[in-house]
Amino acid sequence: MTVDTAVTSASGTAADTELVQLLTPEGERVPHEHYDTLIDDITADEIRDLYRDLTMSRRIDSEAIALQRQGELGLWASLLGQEAAQVGSARALRPQDHVFPTYREHGVAWCRGVDPAQLLGLFRGVDQGSWDPKENNFHLYTIVIGAQTLHATGYAMGVQRDGAIGTGDPERDAAVLAYFGDGATSQGDVNEAFIWAGVNNAPVVFFCQNNQWAISEPLERQTRVPLYRRAHGFGFPGLRVDGNDVLACLAVSREALQRARDGEGPSLIEAFTYRMGAHTTSDDASRYRLDSELESWRLKDPVERVKAYMTREKMADQAFFDGVEAEAEQLAEHLRTTCRSMPDPHPTTIFDHVYVDTPPTLRAQQEEMARYLDSFVDEKEAQ
Amino acid sequence: MADLITYREAVAEGIAREMRRDPSVVCLGEDIGAAGGVFKTTVGLLDEFGPGRVWDTPISEQAITGAAMGAAMTGLRPVAEIMFSDFLACCWEYLANEIPKVRYMTGGQVTVPLVVRTANGGGLGFGAQHSQAVENWVFTVPGLKIAAPSSPADLVGLTAAAIRSDDPVVVFEHKGLFASKGAPAPPDHVVELGQASVIREGSDVTLVALASTVRTAVEAAERLAAEDISVEVIDLRCLVPLDVRTVLASLERTSRLVVVEENPYQGGWGGTLVSLVADEGFHLLDAPIKRVASACVPLPFADALEERVIPTADGVADEIRALAAY
Ligand SMILES: Cc1ncc(C[n+]2csc(CCOP(=O)(O)OP(=O)(O)O)c2C)c(N)n1
Ligand SMILES: [Mg+2]
Repeated sequence: MTVDTAVTSASGTAADTELVQLLTPEGERVPHEHYDTLIDDITADEIRDLYRDLTMSRRIDSEAIALQRQGELGLWASLLGQEAAQVGSARALRPQDHVFPTYREHGVAWCRGVDPAQLLGLFRGVDQGSWDPKENNFHLYTIVIGAQTLHATGYAMGVQRDGAIGTGDPERDAAVLAYFGDGATSQGDVNEAFIWAGVNNAPVVFFCQNNQWAISEPLERQTRVPLYRRAHGFGFPGLRVDGNDVLACLAVSREALQRARDGEGPSLIEAFTYRMGAHTTSDDASRYRLDSELESWRLKDPVERVKAYMTREKMADQAFFDGVEAEAEQLAEHLRTTCRSMPDPHPTTIFDHVYVDTPPTLRAQQEEMARYLDSFVDEKEAQ
Repeated sequence: MADLITYREAVAEGIAREMRRDPSVVCLGEDIGAAGGVFKTTVGLLDEFGPGRVWDTPISEQAITGAAMGAAMTGLRPVAEIMFSDFLACCWEYLANEIPKVRYMTGGQVTVPLVVRTANGGGLGFGAQHSQAVENWVFTVPGLKIAAPSSPADLVGLTAAAIRSDDPVVVFEHKGLFASKGAPAPPDHVVELGQASVIREGSDVTLVALASTVRTAVEAAERLAAEDISVEVIDLRCLVPLDVRTVLASLERTSRLVVVEENPYQGGWGGTLVSLVADEGFHLLDAPIKRVASACVPLPFADALEERVIPTADGVADEIRALAAY
């Protein structure tokens, strides 16, 4: 048996793999016959907004890492390097679209309007994720790898049955966006999500941030073909986009989400990017990967390239960049103070929300605990 | 005395000893190679045995267990790691329906001598999906053996027995014990499956524990010794086979039984143990049996709350005091 060598490499070679790119790492705008039309409405103001989103996402991240180092958070999963993939895709969403994130989607949370301090509550361990998924159509973080792709598929089938696709009403038609990593593509669940979405023509966009690593396992452990090509076998379109190019991510996500809203079914987007940090603050990446790889990706920085583009096109001056910096500093201050003042949850909350209708035995335990804890308060008051 | 080793180090030590002894032993799992395991429990294995015997796998728990079963049919002795025991749920088909039934359904013609090792339990603030003590899940499935060591030496000895066993064995390594230290295992140390160990002798109450709750039990026993209550602590070490004999023998001396489990009260292994005692040793008892187990709720993230869910030495001591006075 011979193996077609063109399809035996996970990253793919330049010759056989198409990568949608609209901004080079140096910040030069590359024209694209098709994808230019998807972002031709983007004004200089909106470019500045994207830059702001990228900067704020990065700042949320660096502040959270600092808080973890100071012992204020138990853990943090850094998004460093993946800002463009997250901001570009999230800014393609409409309010009625629904998002199913992983634990790393802090930039998406920011774009959806979740107060980033709420992300810290989860990583501080004072709650399980306190934002209301319905408020911003942003589900809680999923930590068990791949499960959210099935949640998203089922949700999309619900949207479909609500008749909220293909009506042509831009305020009604909705899509579902599922985030996951390169490693997650090895889960049976994710492949089953592809099958279900495909055969049901569900309005879901599978957005894979291929950051080249799944903890210590490199991409080659998960696949022999570029990931976006898998979509073909499941019967829907797939493409690879430069995940460090916010404009390209915006363009391809807009197209895929609109396809879903129009009732044309699912798509797979592989955002080719890089996890610049360790897997989480508990991980030491030097055990398994080389610094040289990091260096080559540093040259493709997603924030710097937008800055270079804006400077080149005279869309922003130093005052603008300073302004964003000051705003990021303010956000960081908000995160620090809110995080440090988060109260420990009350002990009796361990029984909350386990059931809608709490069984009597559990309710009795909760009441007993409350009485027991109250007895200390009474003692104190008596003294 | 030789230097102490950590429970964490004992994991790799136990596996390495068997891999040196038997070339058919292979390891597979997520991040077990170059990274040495996310809990650093497989450090050194890749270097010593190479990628032919230490397989870094894609993130697919079903494939890890399903393929381990297939590999075991060829005569290999796979040692499969499921990173967090919570994710046994991701590969439940293979654990519940395939691995434990293949020998039975082939009339004894196909055996699958494999081990599934997994980091179990809470106390580290990892939240609802990374902290559960799920030894009771596996306990519901006839055909699987279960070991859950509490010390580094037992870990080495039970790992040896598990790998040498022709029956499939699930070994629960406790996350909360990884940093704990103990005496190293002597050379060729094997702890036969199904042998409980009396780790502290006493005459008033028998306290049965497993894995992390052994520490809880010893702490409670030490506290009560100061109050003149003499507690015998038994470390079950395995759930299948379950060493009821050692428990009954202890009850002949103490006539009082307390069981301390980390899994939830509802459906916990202690339920089976105490029903066996009720069946076979009711006449030995002078007081009601007491089970101390986790509350029937998901594990919270907050450390302060986790302590409210998982049994503590204080809670166990309170129960024993009440029972001793019965
Ligand atoms: C079912 C399951 N198996 C294993 C893990 C442990 N784990 C957490 S993150 C991770 C790697 C995920 O890699 P990828 O999908 O590429 O996402 P990334 O972390 O790179 O964003 C693993 C194996 C888990 N959370 N869930
Ligand atoms: Mg990844």
